[in-house]
Amino acid sequence: MAKFKGAVVVDTEKCKGCNLCVVACPTGVLSLAREVNGKGYHYSEMTGPGECIGCANCGMVCPDAVITVYRKNVQN
Amino acid sequence: MSVELKEIIKEENIVYRKTPALTGNVMHYCPGCSHGVVHKLIAEVVEEMGVRDKTIGVSPVGCSVLAYNYIDIDWTEAAHGRAPAVATGISRLHPGKFVFTYQGDGDLASIGTAEVMHACNRGENIVIIFVNNAIYGMTGGQMAPTTLVGQVTSTTPRGRDVKLNGFPMKITELLARLDGTGFVTRQAVHTPPAIRKAKNAIRKAFENTKKDKGTSFIEIVGTCSSGWKMTPVEANRWMVEKMFPEYPLGDIKDI
Repeated sequence: MAKFKGAVVVDTEKCKGCNLCVVACPTGVLSLAREVNGKGYHYSEMTGPGECIGCANCGMVCPDAVITVYRKNVQN
Repeated sequence: MSVELKEIIKEENIVYRKTPALTGNVMHYCPGCSHGVVHKLIAEVVEEMGVRDKTIGVSPVGCSVLAYNYIDIDWTEAAHGRAPAVATGISRLHPGKFVFTYQGDGDLASIGTAEVMHACNRGENIVIIFVNNAIYGMTGGQMAPTTLVGQVTSTTPRGRDVKLNGFPMKITELLARLDGTGFVTRQAVHTPPAIRKAKNAIRKAFENTKKDKGTSFIEIVGTCSSGWKMTPVEANRWMVEKMFPEYPLGDIKDI
């Protein structure tokens, strides 16, 4: 059982679907949505919340600063 | 034991979010553009140092001409390539401020070569951030002085030919040879470790302004997925394969 669990919240209306966060994610919890946002981009979304470790790689590589990352210690 | 998502998504668990020094306006850059990450790093450094009200940016001509819409500090705009000259004036009139220029390769390495050379040679107390994506991104992907040999651009459809167009200009190495520069480095923002290093370099450059250690020059090798006609992920890969051998990362000068 992982010590930390994380979650990613994407501001989907500002996301441009560049896919860089999807590639940067070490556990593969992000993917581009089938739906598009108001600008017509396939925005990034969290598909497997159980696996996110809250490493913040996605937030760091996001050129549009639309990702917020949360991490919680779940060992206790 | 399973933890609900709403248990994790709480204010106290935030480990990464948009820094308040970014205005929150939607950036006009293409998807995956390196400019966004570089803007974010500058905003984070300025915010962490607590010098938002003392920082003055000089934006260039090029894609990043509208940088003042995104980083919430004082800005001015310079004519094409003339940002180091404008920054010289600002830093001399306001010695306690953190003055930086933000320039692309068409702006800095082509039309603004004279300004950047002389500003660095005078050792002006400014930070120069140079984003090198090897083409003119804004105007349609024409060849820039930094374009690689053989690279196809809209003005070199058969690839850059050294007989006709000369060699890629390594302006960062040239500037490192000048006595006025204190810190010269080349970084990239394609992976989280590279982003951390680039941020440390930007932080160091701003700290150098306090110590008056001469001009700090940071080249950031970036991508232009639209100009290179690639997806952002392919562009990052191409940059690692083709750009890094020509423009190797690392500190070139640090005194």
